[in-house]
Amino acid sequence: MLSTVTPVLIFLQAEVSRTSVAWERIQHPDLAKFLVFGALLFVIGVAGVLTRRNIIVIFMSIELILNAANLNFIAFARYLQETGNANAVAGQIFTVFIIVVAAAEAAIGLGIVIALYRNKETILLDQIDILKW
Amino acid sequence: MYKYIWLVPLLPLIGAAINGLLGRALRFTEQLIGGIAVGSVALSFLIALAAVYSYGFGGEARWPKAYITNEASAFKFDWIPGGAVRLTKGQRTASVDVSAGQTQPTSTAVNQGSVLNVEWSYQLDPLTAIFMLVVTGVGLCIFVFATGYMHGETGYYRFFAYMGLFMFMMLVLVMGSNFLMMFVGWEGVGLCSYLLIGYYFDRQEAADASRKAFITNRVGDFGFALAVFAVIATFGTSQYTDVVGQAASYPVETLGHWGIMSWIALGLFIGACGKSAQLPLHVWLPDAMAGPTPVSALIHAATMVTAGLYMLTRTNVIFQHSQTMLLVVTIVGAATALFAATIGITQNDIKKVLAYSTVSQLGFMFLACGVGAFAIGIFHVMTHAFFKALMFLGAGSVIHGMHHEQDMRRMGGLKKYMPYTYWTFFAGWLAICGIIPFSGFWSKDEILWNAVSTTYVPFGWIFWAVATIAAICTAFYMTRLMAMTFWGKERFLGGHAGGEADEAHASAYDKGLQPHDAQKVSAGDRPRHAPGEHAHIPHESPKNMWIPLAVLAVLATVGGLVGVGPAFKFITRRDHPGARLNIVTWLNPVVWNPVTHGFGPSEHEATGQASRAEETSHPATAGEAGAGTEAKGFVPAPYSDTGFNLAHATAERLGHTATEWLFILISLAAAGTGIGLGFLFYVKDTSLPNIWAARLRPLYEASHNKYWVDEFYGWAITRRTMDLARAVYAFDAKVVDGAVNGLAALSRLISRITGGVDKYFVDGIVNSIAAFVIRLVSPIVRAAQTGLAQNYALVMVIGLLIAVVVFFYPDIVRAWSSH
Repeated sequence: MLSTVTPVLIFLQAEVSRTSVAWERIQHPDLAKFLVFGALLFVIGVAGVLTRRNIIVIFMSIELILNAANLNFIAFARYLQETGNANAVAGQIFTVFIIVVAAAEAAIGLGIVIALYRNKETILLDQIDILKW
Repeated sequence: MYKYIWLVPLLPLIGAAINGLLGRALRFTEQLIGGIAVGSVALSFLIALAAVYSYGFGGEARWPKAYITNEASAFKFDWIPGGAVRLTKGQRTASVDVSAGQTQPTSTAVNQGSVLNVEWSYQLDPLTAIFMLVVTGVGLCIFVFATGYMHGETGYYRFFAYMGLFMFMMLVLVMGSNFLMMFVGWEGVGLCSYLLIGYYFDRQEAADASRKAFITNRVGDFGFALAVFAVIATFGTSQYTDVVGQAASYPVETLGHWGIMSWIALGLFIGACGKSAQLPLHVWLPDAMAGPTPVSALIHAATMVTAGLYMLTRTNVIFQHSQTMLLVVTIVGAATALFAATIGITQNDIKKVLAYSTVSQLGFMFLACGVGAFAIGIFHVMTHAFFKALMFLGAGSVIHGMHHEQDMRRMGGLKKYMPYTYWTFFAGWLAICGIIPFSGFWSKDEILWNAVSTTYVPFGWIFWAVATIAAICTAFYMTRLMAMTFWGKERFLGGHAGGEADEAHASAYDKGLQPHDAQKVSAGDRPRHAPGEHAHIPHESPKNMWIPLAVLAVLATVGGLVGVGPAFKFITRRDHPGARLNIVTWLNPVVWNPVTHGFGPSEHEATGQASRAEETSHPATAGEAGAGTEAKGFVPAPYSDTGFNLAHATAERLGHTATEWLFILISLAAAGTGIGLGFLFYVKDTSLPNIWAARLRPLYEASHNKYWVDEFYGWAITRRTMDLARAVYAFDAKVVDGAVNGLAALSRLISRITGGVDKYFVDGIVNSIAAFVIRLVSPIVRAAQTGLAQNYALVMVIGLLIAVVVFFYPDIVRAWSSH
């Protein structure tokens, strides 16, 4: 009985240990994943900025870029804390700053957009080409 | 007591400082200002008196040695500490003085260095004593007089501040112990003179006169300064005692020999000419009468103008080393005496007459010094200070009483109205005319006698004759002044009837009940109304004005008794009676004797036993050289032979005493002649002056116009100076400015050329290159500027990618190859 059960037990045991490792890995994901995710976010944001015409959407894309940067900061901060330096909080503090700056930038930017709209009757960037010489 | 002489100059300075600095701010009353001024001078006079007494006569008498306050640190400070400055003494030339027949000591101390240290200390010696007493004593009288005379003036405090400052400066001049202190005093009195002549600075005439005085004095000061430099360069010191001691051993320079002593003496004499108004620098003194009358009395008659005599006597050792300069002094003195006396005859302004009289009397003093009688010169300074201050103050009193009328033609008969002024003036008149026994007689007669009997310079008899004529003129114009002012018809009414009201006004003024003249702003010696338009009855001056007159009148009467000469030996039994009280004996220690090469009349007395009255008959007896050919009883010629001598020739026939008396009688006769002529012309027959003026038209015109000296100077100096200034200005405008402007024009031309080159050539190259580059590049660059924000963002992203690639190139390559 036991002999038939033993492989199962071994399997279970291995499974259990495997799941626990996976759990562990879920609990502590790789730095690389965050970086890849951040890079994706960044690229999406850049693409949005470069391709969309609507200024509002471009703002949203810029928010993506900023959040990509935030993600990197957080990831590195966390990574550094995990790898021994418990006081590595600079990244987190930076993130807070960036959020504040993003809020301010959004407020000012939207104000500019309204002013622009009042003058030009449009918020489509390709119709606004006065930003030259 | 003589230790305290430093207080003598200090007190008037303190008084002047109080009056000058606080008088206006605290609104001092006239009584307070006058009190401070008179009090300080009075105190200073008392100290001077006590000091001189203790110096000359007391138990611890220092006479005949000079007392300097640097002894026992009584009073002294290092004024100019010379420090490391070394002066090289001039090379002395050893020579044999032929006339004195003795060899001078050859120079032993050649090129010996010495350090110039000038200290501020006062010196009391016989000469200083006399000047100190005259300045403070006569000054005191004049200060008291001025408190009355200046009553009601605006700027009363200013007047007394200047006067006090003048007293200080004058006392520094006469009490200083070295040449530089004398120079300070010299310039200081010049400054005060300027300030006081220009006291009524709102009058053009006074302002001009003050400038004239100042500028004329600069000419003299120039010579004086050069002489002081020469003294320091030659002797290495400026202290009188040292200079005199060294100078005494220098060789004597006879006529025509111009050695260092002659040059120093010339410089000093030019200074003396400026200050003492001698030809040709006399022009400022008559104009100086634009100042208030007490100023004329104090500064321009009694004290400041005698500074030249003080200097001559102080440096008599130097002067007596140069026969040439003695002759120059004599000539200038005699010429001035006659010249000014003849001008005095025709002047109508009472102060102008007195001014020319002063110039003339100063000429007499210079004459005395020139013929070697320095003590007599100082004697005349003293008597002149008495009688001329008296007469100036008397004139001030007259002017005051006449309500600021100065023209004698509108006076006359004042004897009745101003008795005190008249009688005191009377004494002054007799004194200046030279009537025995008034003070002027003694000094003037001695001057004439010394001139005629001199062995120091040639042609003594000519100078005597000139001086005698000048004395006749003096007596004449003073009698004229008396007659026109005090005697004869009353000419001041001028058709004006309301005498009583004026009398009331005048007496009210004297009681101090009302201001002198309601209309006056700043009065003084100006006529405040047109002649004859508003005449006044004259009135006697208040007490504080005639009491000084009385004091001075007493001095003018008896002051001469301190200098009774050898001619009166039959009464006094002595050549110079009164021992040290006799001015000649008193001054002996400071007067060098070129015969004995010592001080005083003989070796015997110079060595300190001079306290005894000289029993020896005359300085001549001590002369050891060459006296054989001289008439008995005269000074042997100390220098080269002086030729014919009138007094000696007379003495050979008549004997010594008879000769002296003959010349006394001549001088009295001269005075009598002058007075007699004056009576004849201005009392007996008043039409005579006009007749004779018409007959001697050219002479009269010349005298009346003061020999056109002012006009000549105006033409020869002022106009030429202006011409020179104009020429220099033209030179400046045309040549200097032209050169500068030409350079400017040249540089403008050059700059225009270079500018053109720059603009058209250099700029052309630069511009064309730039234009080429721009034309080439601009389409490309412009194309990049789309104006679309997203294009720019794209460029940014591309740039970012490039940056990433560049920075991480190795990593990228590694990552690529690992796959």
